Amino acid sequence: MTLKLESKFGKYGGQFVPEVLMPALVELTEYYEKYKDDAVFNDELNHYLRDFAGRPSPLYFAKRLSREYGVKIYLKREDLIHGGAHKLNNTLGQGLLAKYMGKKRIIAETGAGQHGTACAMAGAAFDIKTEVYMGAKDTVRQRMNVYRMELMGTKVIPVKSGSQTLKDAINEAMRDWVANVETTHYMIGSVVGPHPFPTMVRDFQSVIGKEVRTQILEKEGRFPDSIVACTGGGSNAMGIFHPFIEEDVDLFAVEAGGSGMKTTEKEALHSATLCTGEDGILHGMRTKVLQNKYGQILESSSIAAGLDYAGVGPELAYLADIGRLKPCNSMDSEALLAFHDLCRFEGIIPALESSHAVAYVKRAAASGELGDIVVINISGRGDKDLETVMGMRK
Amino acid sequence: MRIEEKFKQLKEKKEGALIAYICAGDPTPQATKEYVTALVRGGADIIELGLPFSDPVADGPTIQAGIQRALDGGMTPDVYFRTISSLKLHIPLVVMTYYNLIFKRGLEKFAKDCAASGISGMIVPDLPPEESDELQQVCKENEIDLIYLVAPTTTEERMNQILKEGAGFIYLVARLGVTGARSDVAGSTRELIKRVKTTTPRAVGFGISNGKQASEIIRAGADGVIVGSAFVDIIAKGEDVPVRLEALARELKDGVKGQQ
Repeated sequence: MTLKLESKFGKYGGQFVPEVLMPALVELTEYYEKYKDDAVFNDELNHYLRDFAGRPSPLYFAKRLSREYGVKIYLKREDLIHGGAHKLNNTLGQGLLAKYMGKKRIIAETGAGQHGTACAMAGAAFDIKTEVYMGAKDTVRQRMNVYRMELMGTKVIPVKSGSQTLKDAINEAMRDWVANVETTHYMIGSVVGPHPFPTMVRDFQSVIGKEVRTQILEKEGRFPDSIVACTGGGSNAMGIFHPFIEEDVDLFAVEAGGSGMKTTEKEALHSATLCTGEDGILHGMRTKVLQNKYGQILESSSIAAGLDYAGVGPELAYLADIGRLKPCNSMDSEALLAFHDLCRFEGIIPALESSHAVAYVKRAAASGELGDIVVINISGRGDKDLETVMGMRK
Repeated sequence: MRIEEKFKQLKEKKEGALIAYICAGDPTPQATKEYVTALVRGGADIIELGLPFSDPVADGPTIQAGIQRALDGGMTPDVYFRTISSLKLHIPLVVMTYYNLIFKRGLEKFAKDCAASGISGMIVPDLPPEESDELQQVCKENEIDLIYLVAPTTTEERMNQILKEGAGFIYLVARLGVTGARSDVAGSTRELIKRVKTTTPRAVGFGISNGKQASEIIRAGADGVIVGSAFVDIIAKGEDVPVRLEALARELKDGVKGQQ
């Protein structure tokens, strides 16, 4: 099977943006094509990935969890990457590209604050002025991340429109980009948005899966039977999946089941876009979208801010349609139990986002669906979620 | 009425066109009928009626707030077409909306609903020509003009492509940024007007709020002005709305007539 690496993934993807942005996307595509295989660019990027981000991240055999869940589990430790999540892989790539493009300013949106923090790190490392849009509700939920960004010299702009979450932060960042497109690079944090972002972000995140290929061969002498990753926009999922697309490995994209699969005219109690979304256009791309019968976008919901998104990467939508990956979901309550499992059995505090992937393995292992060896992408650490988890215990 | 015909009439009278935008259903469908009537009384030549979308990325805070009021007031595509059908306007009517609402309804059905309710043009700010082949085809079949935007950042190559495909009028985005009222006319606007060489009428939007600006833009060579945020501002304030909409429309129309 060969996959299109063009501006579309099957019918998904594309560039649905205001005319003002089209030349910027053309420019970005040209620069990306020019540098993606350039030796000097990649040497510099690899230097930052190794000495600044701390790559490669370990692939850890989770002995106790394996015994508990009844399947051999390896954890890809993206929680150990500088900043505490996989997000830095992408911001270092895009930050360096922005520097090569001569951009004077970086803007970004952030949900949980993980991508914003990674932008702040890249902005400081490359000495580029950085401003981050964040839903006003999220700035309260994740105030420590706001402070982390500010410490690194990034300006955090609270977005008070709409639901005051990630979706609105993206809208606002796009508006800023429309107004400042000539000097500013918009650093999208996931495999979403108009072409070339879904392809470019996937490529920068693919370092995760490439490392897993080498590491699992060293440990097991073969590839795993399945790979499980949580999916909001889908960057950690595409990052670990992509290098295995052509291999005989089952891929599971675990979305946020929230508090149930119900939707109303205005909101969904979940963020399970691949599972329940319909073909639509949002944030510059054609993809699966949570929407009502008229095409209005629903407010999504999840205990994990990083999964709380009404869209999903177009390549994931395509892979789901052709049956190459299996969309599934874990509820808030299941993710919380899995969070505690990983803490107690392995001494690892995972992000609530990543806990959704762990929760799915817990549920699916018994059925034999996952095979004998499974790799879970622990996309981030859970320090940011401690207040949320403490609040749930009350 | 077709847009082309309207511009032809105005050209004979040596007038620029005033294209007035409000968001349908802001704050109620009933109010929209009253407001459109006021704009027409004030001298609007074309009415651009927004069909509100939940995530309007090309609009600034003013129009975004109007869209939110309209959604809260229960505006949907079904209500929109019902409201428009009852307007009975004698000037061209243009729908402005985002692509997902068209896509979800089905391109064919959306265009047919437009044609049946008297709409003669469509503006879809998140649909560049690269993605618009299908809608273009459906619009042609239903005699609806698909109106394209050009911006100061538009390259020559893209400009030529857009001018080839654009129908009704070409929407010149006066400056980088989202919609919103401003007080001056930027040099980049004049430059853009000069760059857009076509026989299709050229209308300038984004940031126009008074008669003086409107007049300057017509003098700079444009065939019309598009005003939105300044009208939506009046609706937001909620005081004597029809009277003030009519007065602003009159001021702007005087501007585009060159009487300011």
